[in-house]
Amino acid sequence: MISLLLNGSTQELDVDPDMPLLWAIRDIVGLTGTKFGCGMAQCGACTVHLDGEPVRSCVIPVSAVQGKSVTTIEGLDTEAARAVQDAWERLDVVQCGYCQSGQIMSAVALLSRNPQPNDAQINEAMNGNICRCGTYVRIRAAIREASRALG
Amino acid sequence: MSTRHSLRMTRRRFLVNTATVGAGLTLGMLLPGCAREEGPEEVMPEAGPGKAGGEVVRDARFEPNAFIRIGTDDRVTVIIKHLEMGQGTYTGLATLVAEELDAAWDQVDVEGAPADAALYNNLFWGKLQGTGGSTAIANSYEQMRNAGAAARHMLVMAAARQWGVRDSEIDVVDGVISHVASGRQARFGEMSEAAAREAVPDTVFVKEPDEFRLIGTRLPRKDSKAKVDGTAVFTQDIRLPGMLTALVAHPPRFGARLKSFDAGKAMIVPGVEEVVEIPTGVAVLATDFWAAKKGRDALHLEWDETDAFALGSTEILAQYRELAQAPGSPARSEGDAGQALQGADRKLETAVAFPYLAHAALEPMNCVIQKTGKGVEVWNGEQYQTPDQAAVAGVFGLEPEQVRINMLYAGGSFGRRANPDSDYLVETAHIVKAIGGRAPVKMVWTREDDMRAGYYRPLYFHTLKAGLDAEGNPVAWQHRIVGQSIAADTAFEGALIKDGVDITSVEGASNLPYAIPDISVDLHSPVHPVPVQWWRSVGSTHTAFAVETFIDQLAAAAGRDPVEFRRPLLRDHPRHLGVMELVAEKAGWGGSLPEGRGRGIAVHESFNSFVAQVAEVTVSGDGGFSVDRVVIAVDCGVAVNPDIVRAQMEGGMAFGLSAALESELSFSEGRPVQSNYHDYRVLRIGQMPEVEVHIVPSAQPPTGVGEPATPVIAPAVANALSAVTGQRFSSLPLKLNA
Ligand code: FES
Ligand code: FES
Repeated sequence: MISLLLNGSTQELDVDPDMPLLWAIRDIVGLTGTKFGCGMAQCGACTVHLDGEPVRSCVIPVSAVQGKSVTTIEGLDTEAARAVQDAWERLDVVQCGYCQSGQIMSAVALLSRNPQPNDAQINEAMNGNICRCGTYVRIRAAIREASRALG
Repeated sequence: MSTRHSLRMTRRRFLVNTATVGAGLTLGMLLPGCAREEGPEEVMPEAGPGKAGGEVVRDARFEPNAFIRIGTDDRVTVIIKHLEMGQGTYTGLATLVAEELDAAWDQVDVEGAPADAALYNNLFWGKLQGTGGSTAIANSYEQMRNAGAAARHMLVMAAARQWGVRDSEIDVVDGVISHVASGRQARFGEMSEAAAREAVPDTVFVKEPDEFRLIGTRLPRKDSKAKVDGTAVFTQDIRLPGMLTALVAHPPRFGARLKSFDAGKAMIVPGVEEVVEIPTGVAVLATDFWAAKKGRDALHLEWDETDAFALGSTEILAQYRELAQAPGSPARSEGDAGQALQGADRKLETAVAFPYLAHAALEPMNCVIQKTGKGVEVWNGEQYQTPDQAAVAGVFGLEPEQVRINMLYAGGSFGRRANPDSDYLVETAHIVKAIGGRAPVKMVWTREDDMRAGYYRPLYFHTLKAGLDAEGNPVAWQHRIVGQSIAADTAFEGALIKDGVDITSVEGASNLPYAIPDISVDLHSPVHPVPVQWWRSVGSTHTAFAVETFIDQLAAAAGRDPVEFRRPLLRDHPRHLGVMELVAEKAGWGGSLPEGRGRGIAVHESFNSFVAQVAEVTVSGDGGFSVDRVVIAVDCGVAVNPDIVRAQMEGGMAFGLSAALESELSFSEGRPVQSNYHDYRVLRIGQMPEVEVHIVPSAQPPTGVGEPATPVIAPAVANALSAVTGQRFSSLPLKLNA
């Protein structure tokens, strides 16, 4: 039995300890906002926050998060998160949308740590998140806008 | 009053019941709204974003046609016949309806249409429902506007009857129907029940472009919110009671066959329920993805590879080079290019090789199918309703109408989900059939499965020869293309292959816009067992590069600036010229740049839209380079939503830039070499240039925007690199000599 804090509430999971956190979140808990894109930490679609840090949930065995706090897109609820999601919507960043939960999780983690990132820092923090639709120009613009909103 | 009157008077008249020139609303498409009141309310198919798996009870009172539902709650639901895969079609088509209906944008909701070719066919594709070829807005432009106008008419007639006033005195603004003289007004929701009793009009008025209030403005996307908060539903997210997840072990090479398998170890993995053989391999069904994956890893499989594809990309290319020595089937022949070349003052030539490319949409292919009492139900990012219905029906021995399809958001497609063989849907159907339909099945491909399943952009080889006269004017052009046919052996063969020439192999080359007296374009279509398919912008993915880099090479040989060189050659093509001049001006063409930096230009027409791009690059000396800025000009007729046009220009360009910089799917001894994003590289944010988009103002009917930006960037970047280094490129992805 693995116990973790998921979006603020305790989850007891009776699953294969090797099961990646991604599949525990999606298939066992049933939260589907976190996406599967590659399964090998290449695309960032599965990004969640583990004790506040952005991680790729597709390569983290669920046993490794025992006792830790995990936040998914469904559980975002901070000032930085609101600023990011607002900016994303205002600029109509999304296209197909499949990568966007992961993009937003990475962007929120960045701004929570560094509310005023420069372009190089934005590129660095976001380089692990592929957007096959190529929304990168707007992702950068939305992060700058969220950063301004956070003052 | 008088202004309102004159507004109505200027409205152009359309005959609703004549579906002339393949556009416009046929009477058959108008479901009589009044007939809908009696009888129990229908249960809507569980289609559309956020509706998957839930039951949506039709609470609307007013359904003037198959595209619109107006509820007493004042919500206007627009039924969208095309797949939303990121290109903005849900927003664009809803805009067309809202414009003519005079609805307020925020009272409009969207919902994916069910599969029904009689109601929802692509008007450019005959009796076929599907999305592709950048046609969604173009084929729907009149149809959706007519649908909105018909609904508006019925609301106005109902109000006139209720208020005892003349319909010509009634105005509609932002979802409010009003009669100024009597001071009466009503919201759509208040009039919807009465409107349902009005006759469906035979004729409607639609606006002239200068009367548009919504078209041409920046309206927020209808799918943004759900895609920002994680609630948007993709196929991957479908959960049905009792559903099993299936992973399939596929043959290691195309053409290999299953000899035998042992599922013993797989069956003891907790969660694995069944292992079945299907035509495309062995499927492992389990309660969740991870169990299915572990089960599949535990399978023991023996393949017979005797007849399997065994070549590598190098051998294929060698074969193609050989083929290119001799003429192929003519795609265009004007004058005598061979003789003109002989007589030219200067002769130039080049050859370019293009690799296979995977679509690599971020959501790997997947599909959910459930057997029902009446047939089967499918959940899918559904791009090709009519062929897919028939293919799935074929597996079960059903009629196509017994296959109900829920169209969900697709996590990208770039052509992949419009598969001529309905490959992944058929695979899912076979799994459901193999388990006797006892449970709904979600078939999921891993990234590796997706990348190795084929249906690639074909590998192509081009040779080009041209002659210049003494003044440096091109007098002869010979272009030869070698590569697999996409249309061969598909249902589209008849439509797409003419006199042995697959038009998807030569588009962008056979319609060379440059005024050159003697031109020949020909094609070889060798056959290989590697499945190939359309990939965002199809033939233009390679032809634009070959043509636009060679034109630059001719300009350099003639000692002329690339823009000046093209200008007289484009004299018969004002829209090409228009975007070229615009992009040159906006990019500061001809202005000086620091050492190591350069600009390149390319112009190309695809899907009836015209795009020119200027790329600015920095070369770092060690073989490295970056693309810093891209300026884009597009002429796509009326820009229904300019912000979505800009987004498609940015994203389409980025998609092409991936292929220009690093994507390549290669074969070695018949096996695909790449498997995931670590070795099939695609563009990341750090490589994304700054982008500026300029839209040519136009009142022409709208044309495609999903694809036309993609093919232009690789030649623009190559031309910029050539301008800095003098190096010409004979293959993609682009590699600078150190
Ligand atoms: S799915 Fe985890 S990084 Fe791609
Ligand atoms: S929006 Fe489609 S992958 Fe990013």
